Amino acid sequence: MAAKQSHRVGDHPLVKWTLIIVTLLLTSILLVVPLVGIFHQAFALGAAHYWASIADSYTLHAILLTLFVAALTVPLNLVFGIMLAWAVTRFQFPGRKLLMTLMDIPFAVSPVVAGLLYLLLYGRNGWIGSWLDEHSIQLMFAWPGIVMVTVFVTCPFVARELIPLMQQHGREEEEAAVILGASGWQVFRRVTFPNIKWALLYGVILTNARAVGEFGAVSVVSGSIRGETNTLPLHVQLLYQDESVAAFASASLLAGIALLTLIIKALVEWRQSRQDKLANAEPLVVADKVGS
Amino acid sequence: MLNKSRFFRPLFGALLVSASLQASAADQSLLNTSYDIARELFASYNPMFAEHWKEETGHTVEIRQSHAGSSKQALAILQGLPADVVTFNQVTDVQVLHDRGNLVSADWKSQFPNGSSPYYSTTAFLVRQGNPKGIDSWADLVRDDVRIVFPNPKTSGNGRYTYLAALGYAQKTFGDDQAKIDEFMKTFLSHVAVFDTGGRGATTTFVERKIGDVLITFESEVNNIRDQYSDDQYEVVVPKTSILAEFPVAVVERNAERNGTTEVAHEYLNYLYSEPAQRLLAGFNYRVHNETVKAEVADRFPEVDLLTVEDIAGGWPEAMKNIFSSGAKLDQLQRR
Repeated sequence: MAAKQSHRVGDHPLVKWTLIIVTLLLTSILLVVPLVGIFHQAFALGAAHYWASIADSYTLHAILLTLFVAALTVPLNLVFGIMLAWAVTRFQFPGRKLLMTLMDIPFAVSPVVAGLLYLLLYGRNGWIGSWLDEHSIQLMFAWPGIVMVTVFVTCPFVARELIPLMQQHGREEEEAAVILGASGWQVFRRVTFPNIKWALLYGVILTNARAVGEFGAVSVVSGSIRGETNTLPLHVQLLYQDESVAAFASASLLAGIALLTLIIKALVEWRQSRQDKLANAEPLVVADKVGS
Repeated sequence: MLNKSRFFRPLFGALLVSASLQASAADQSLLNTSYDIARELFASYNPMFAEHWKEETGHTVEIRQSHAGSSKQALAILQGLPADVVTFNQVTDVQVLHDRGNLVSADWKSQFPNGSSPYYSTTAFLVRQGNPKGIDSWADLVRDDVRIVFPNPKTSGNGRYTYLAALGYAQKTFGDDQAKIDEFMKTFLSHVAVFDTGGRGATTTFVERKIGDVLITFESEVNNIRDQYSDDQYEVVVPKTSILAEFPVAVVERNAERNGTTEVAHEYLNYLYSEPAQRLLAGFNYRVHNETVKAEVADRFPEVDLLTVEDIAGGWPEAMKNIFSSGAKLDQLQRR
């Protein structure tokens, strides 16, 4: 079992408070101030104007489309991520290392390039695209294309969160469960899932945040048809070129979705840690001993 | 699991609503793919046409819009964007749809009057209140104290018009003296403060970020900005010599056929030439062909000696090859 290392930086109060103050200062400059700025700009002409900008039918459609894309992307990548993580941590097979490297392609490739790759394949002149065109199937410049590139861009998040944890945890517990007669589904549900659920949740949150916010790849394949293929980030850019206040109203929605995701995450974590404490405190003590 | 269902339930709700939003209530649906700064124009024209179509045929039609740089739009259509009609600001961008995809017919330029250009404009200047730098003509733009804003000719049709208009002025002024023409263009380019990628970006740079002494863009855009910011903040200067900027339209025959919109697509473009539509276009500060409307708005459009791209560079294909392609004239002049 790999031991967790706990770094103990000098307990001297000067060091402690300097670090805390610098961190807080940087956090507020880098994160809080821009966030407040967005909301400040959004409400610059008053709340009535803000709600009017959001109630605009194109904006409403952009919001729904964005949520729709995320609602398809997250479950797809959840299943895919678990499968991928399971395959590379539980089995040994040739090309396993290569697979783990390939998995990072969406991180390494610029989203614009990802969009162009999909256009090259599925566009009207592309390899698959010309066949699709003959059969009048519209993938690019319609919502399926947007979902496809979003799935591509966000596919490593879940797997990347799971793999280190599953590697660290090993497969002893699962093997024990199998020996005791558990079915495959039971092993996953009763043994694997409880171990990975935090990483899984974190992966889902990251996937969702990125799926909602993706601009580059979507911009290439969207065709930006208002009221049809214009996602919220594209809509923000479009509005920004027209009239800045409505753009900030839409941008504040994106920021709002991000904040909401973080709040859900915090709530779930808080509830879980409370349950853990109530249930048993022993594992924590063991972990502490190993750590020190 | 409780948390998960709480998380997913609104998303599935959105999924249902979104699906219902995709279904259109109208009998027919038309996708107009257009250039960047035509948003307000078609937002006004579309309801007008829908009403006309309803009167003529009894059918309802819903018009969807996509706006981006016109070259980007042409590429997207070649890649499969299902546009029924294009309303562009570049003849070459329509031509490419025929040349590379056979999506519009070869005779698209003669399908509608005036070379399939229902309205036109020219390149004009917007200067700050009181015209502090005294800018009246292209010659004033090469003075040392003047900083210019216009979109990059590499990425923007608007920017190419500006370049060609300045070149047209230089040719008219210096005749056959190529060295003097090059010198003029070189100075002109060196006075550019910011090269934005598109017309709207250049406008934002000049108006919001307050950079530069003069914004050069379409006369229509220049007047729209002036109207938007009330008369006292900016002034419009239309130079005596400028360029004819055509706004070509075409039916993307292949897509329209597939979508069953050929008839409504043709009428959509044809109706742009009608008197009410021409009046609407003039309201957006475009120059129009209809004689009645022309007389009504004569005072808003000063007389300009309009040179054509053919006069200046021999046509768009030649201009693209000799001036705007990599390593051609524009690149040579920008190298110091």
